[in-house]
This record gives sequence, structure tokens and C-alpha cells, in this order.
Amino acid sequence: MAANSQPDSAAAWFGMQCSPLDLRRWQNFRNNTRGYWSLWIFLALFTLSLFAEVVANDKPLLVRYDGMFYAPILFAHAETEFGGEFALEADYRDPYVQDLIDAKGWILWPPIPYSYDTIDYGIQTPLPAPPSSRHYLGTDDQARDVLARVLYGFRISILFGLALTALSSVLGIAAGAVQGYFGGLIDLLMQRFIEIWEGLPVLYLLIIMAAVIEPSFASLLILMLLFSWTGLVAVVRAEFLRVRNFEYVRAAKALGVSDAKIMTRHILPNAMVATLTFMPFILSGSVTTLAGLDFLGFGLPLGSPSLGEMLQQGKNNLQAPWLGITGFVVIGVMLSLLVFIGEAVRDAFDPRKLFS
Amino acid sequence: MQPTDPRTLLTLRDLHKEFDISGGLLNQLSFARGKLRRNRATVKAINGVSLDIVPGEALCLVGESGCGKTTVGRTIMGLLSPTRGTVHYQHRRIDHLRRAARLPYRKKMQMIFQNPYASLNPRKSVAKTLLEPAEFHFPEISAAARRQKVAEVMQAVGVEAAWGTRFPHEFSGGQRQRISIARALMVDPEFIVADEPVSALDVSIQAQVLNLLKQAAEERGLTYLFITHDLSVVEHFGTRVAVMYLGRICELGTCREVFSSPRHPYTRALLSAIPKVGRGSSRHSVHHKPNLKLKGEVPTPIHLPSGCVFHARCAHATDICTARIPPLQTTASGVQVACHAVAQQRI
Repeated sequence: MAANSQPDSAAAWFGMQCSPLDLRRWQNFRNNTRGYWSLWIFLALFTLSLFAEVVANDKPLLVRYDGMFYAPILFAHAETEFGGEFALEADYRDPYVQDLIDAKGWILWPPIPYSYDTIDYGIQTPLPAPPSSRHYLGTDDQARDVLARVLYGFRISILFGLALTALSSVLGIAAGAVQGYFGGLIDLLMQRFIEIWEGLPVLYLLIIMAAVIEPSFASLLILMLLFSWTGLVAVVRAEFLRVRNFEYVRAAKALGVSDAKIMTRHILPNAMVATLTFMPFILSGSVTTLAGLDFLGFGLPLGSPSLGEMLQQGKNNLQAPWLGITGFVVIGVMLSLLVFIGEAVRDAFDPRKLFS
Repeated sequence: MQPTDPRTLLTLRDLHKEFDISGGLLNQLSFARGKLRRNRATVKAINGVSLDIVPGEALCLVGESGCGKTTVGRTIMGLLSPTRGTVHYQHRRIDHLRRAARLPYRKKMQMIFQNPYASLNPRKSVAKTLLEPAEFHFPEISAAARRQKVAEVMQAVGVEAAWGTRFPHEFSGGQRQRISIARALMVDPEFIVADEPVSALDVSIQAQVLNLLKQAAEERGLTYLFITHDLSVVEHFGTRVAVMYLGRICELGTCREVFSSPRHPYTRALLSAIPKVGRGSSRHSVHHKPNLKLKGEVPTPIHLPSGCVFHARCAHATDICTARIPPLQTTASGVQVACHAVAQQRI
């Protein structure tokens, strides 16, 4: 405590800081090698997929033409700028445009020169085309590059999962907090409501709703949120029921602090541990549900890059095993990483876990 | 009711608090002789407590477990609302006020809790715990001045100000209780309800904390309602003492009078239960019998006994004790006693 012995270090005390407990949890997490490496691999893959436009795109990263640089992935350039005939955006995959540019400069392509929806008309083999140097993982039955679709599909799955996890956590924590803090009749009524709500056949409802509402990222998110927010309620409610009668909560009440503030500032930090532990599992659950809906054809709109749709194509084209195997491996690796991270987080927060 | 002393800080009048324990609606319903009936059960925690607390005193509320001491404290603090009766602070009624209207009184009244291991938020550093009351009640003060105040109050309770970064689990029970006291002192209160502040502490630490409370009272002109079941603490700390039994006050007077000549049979039994070292050297001269043992158990507060709540266990009970509730009556020595036998001068 030598650093704290000067009274003028006061400002340092009141700022945000990691408690020794948090440090110990981080240490526990790091000691779990599998979870720790899973986190890094997952972050690397996720970061890579966030820059999917740079990795897999049907527009060049950079074009040198007539002494000028062009960045087609950032700005649209008309074909006429490269000496073409149409005043529309140049189709860089067109051999005619490529010849025009090559005559007065060069083209720098991304590692995968296809976007998720690029149809490769130049394939000579029957579709789906097997893996080759042109398409590293082959193409699907519409001549779209599998690797590009996997990359974009991974991103959309994770983003969807993260958004759904965040939103359902916020709703679930709020509902659980209100139930546990006020108790009594509110708790009773909400608990019965949740029991009925959880009893609804979610998949059927989602399929029926998908027929009524046009599926899109946002509408699917809202639909699935309707049924996923109940996941955290029980945990948060239990924690609030336990903590609400602690004397430090009474002390805050005796100060006159409002209920909302007591809930957010005094009880919620204590309930967060139980909540955080659940989040990676909610994330993997959300990803799975989305893939399931896509597989059934009730998920994201047609043409979206989606892992579920990849699996469905694999099922329909058993003669093209690269489709099914790719979808299986990507989903398997993604879920395994998430579960490993989740297990490590859970163990790190386990109070019975000692230093190892 | 006797006329209220104009100096009175806190007045309780005929305070009742009942807790519903009848459970859910389905549990309450029962069939009796072909009719559906709804039965409700309540625990009568406080049954008509009237008290006047004057500034500068340390009124001790004593009684055995479950007699309603803590409920009285929480009702005064507004953590519970009374079923019947009123709480006045400086002659203004406060028990029915809404949250916002009550805030000015919250600043004047604070509470110290029994369990120092539960009364501090484990996820907040000590400095943050202490800052909260100041931020809440003195938003106009600058952050630097608030921190200054935290440091001052920590010094005052004997906890080094540099330890503010630490978390509650890094402190001993006595230190935690000092921090709880510091939290109560942060808003410069006039009145503090201390709910068994030392009963969870080691005996050697008890004296330190009691002296700290005494010192704070002298320096800041505090008034205490000191809830305890430890009579030796009362003798050390209190100026007046109120003895409670089953939600009623049975004897109320200065510590000296009550301890030297207890009148109510329950008080006598309570005082004679203090363990003594040696025979003749008793400081609590109970002039009745040296070792007075009560028969039976405390009746359940769900079905209160008729008349005097103590009658079933009292050696002096007569017919009137089972029929009428004895009022608090002032005796010649100034002590108020609620006992028919004392009123009839049988004891």
C-alpha cells in the first residue's frame, strides 16, 4: 500500500479500477489455456471477418490507371473513367474492363476476388464446382465462392448473435431486477407470465411469423428477441432476491436513494457475475438458432451469406461434399470456440475455484 | 398521553407494525362448515409503542430477540411503514411522507447496522461507499470538498484515509463497523439509530466501537436510539433505557434508576439474568431474589396474550393482568412502568 500512502493520491482512489477480485478472475481465465487461446483465435477470426470486404470482394483493392490511383472498394468509378463505353459503375470482373485497365496500368485484387454474391460465369465444370485454384473451397450451386460466403456468413452470424445477446440481456436483466427487487405480486405475475411465454413453441411461431413479416436482419432480431429475453431472468431475479435484504441495501434506502439507483448501483454489480457467466452460452445459442432458421429457409433473406443456408445446400448436393463439410467445420469451430470461452469465463468467476 | 416536551427530537405515538405471514391467496382459503373462509395471520411485531427521544440522549432499547426492537428502529428510519401510529421528527409527522418529501429528514437521521459483514457493498471500495451519501445529499459541494470530507470522517472513526481504495473484505469486523459508522456520519446527522452495532463484534472491539460512538456524540451533538440486547452495553452507553417485551415497552427510565431499582417483573428477570462474577460483588443489586428465573417461553406474536403480554410468565399476575393492558405510568422515582402490580403497589 506504499503507493497509497500519500494523501494527495486521492484522485487515483476514486477513479475506475480493477478490484483484486477482478484481477484474480482474469488470472484464472488466463490459466485456462484452452479458453484463453479460444478467445484469441475467436477474436482473430472475428476481426478478419469484420474486414471481409477487403479480404473477399469482386472489386479490386486498388487500380492504377493512366497515372492515377483508384480505390474501387471505397468509391464507385464509372466505366467511362477507364475508357469504357457505359457511364455506369465499372464491372471489374468483365474481361473487357480488365483489358482496358491493364493497357494503361494494373489491378490489385483482394486475396479472394469474389464477394458473397458474385456469380462466376466462367466456370466450365458442372455446378457446384469442386475446390480448385480458382475457388479454394469450391462454389455452391449458384456459382458463388464458398470461402467468400463463409467469411461473410461467419460475420453475420456473430454480429447477429452479439446483438441478440446484448438486447436480450438488457431486457432479461431489467425484468429479473424488477421481479427480484420488488417481489410480491409483481414477481408472482411476471413469473407466471414468463412460464407461459417460455412454454410457447418458439420455432413454430418463428416460422409462422416469418411467413407474415418479411425476414430481414432487424425483423429476425426482434422476433427472436421476443423469445430469448427470458433466459437471464431467473438468474438475475434470484440474485436480486438474495441481495435486496442485505444491510448495505437497507443503508442505501435509509439514505433515501431511489429504487432505480439502488438496483443499478448497488445490486446489479453483484448480479453481473452470474449474468456474465451465461452470456457466451446465450451467444452460441443465438448463433445456432439463426443457423437453424436459415437451414429451414425461414431465416435471413434469400441471397444473404449464411451458414445455415450453406448446410442446406450441402444437404441438397450430397455429391458436392465440400459444401456440407465447410458448413459443418465452420459452425463446429465457431461454437466450440464460444463454448470453450464460456467455460473458461464460468470457471474464472466460480468463487470455489482457487488459484491454480 | 403525556404532553410532549417541546425539546423532543423524535416522538413515537402508539406505533403498531404487523407483518402479514398468511402466504398466498390459496393458502389463506379454507373450508369451514360448508363456507369458504379467508384466514389471515399477522405477526404483531410492535403493539403500541410510544416514546419521546430528547436531543443529546442515548436511549437504549433492550429486550430479547424477536421483541420488536429492530422493527421499531426500521420504522423510525422509514424502511418499514407503520401499520398504525405516528412518527414525528421535531414535531413534524414523517411516517406518511413520500420519498422526495422525506429526503430532508433522511439527511438528519441515519442508521448503523448490526452485521458489519453485510452492511458494506462488497463491490465498492470504502471511499466509494462513503462518497455516496455525500454525493446524494450534498450535490452542491465540489468533488474535492467531498473527498476531503471522506478523509476527515475516516480519520474521525480511526480508519486511515489512505485505505479508501481498499474493499470491505480487506478489513476486520471492527474496522468495517467503523466504516459503517463513518457512512452514517457522512451526512452530518442529528439522530442515529444504532441497531445492535456491537453485538457482532469481539468483546475487545466492542468497547472501542462504543467509545467511538460516544466520542462522536460529544463532538457532533448526536442523539442515539441504541438497540441492543446486551445489558452491560446499556449500562456503559445509555442515558435512558426502554425495556421491550413482545412489542410493548414495559419499563422506561434513566439507566441508573432502572438498573438500581427495576420495578417491572420482566425487567427484574432480565437484569438478574446478567451473568455475575462472584456472589456478593453484584453491581446490579436486584433487591428481589438473587436469581430470578422466568417460567415458560415467550408467547407467539401471532396470537398475543390478552391484557398484559407478560402475564403468563409473571409471578405477580392477577385477574386484572389477563383482562386489561397496563398503561405506562410514571412512578415516584420518575421511571415509567407498565404493570398493574406496580400500579396497585403490590410489588
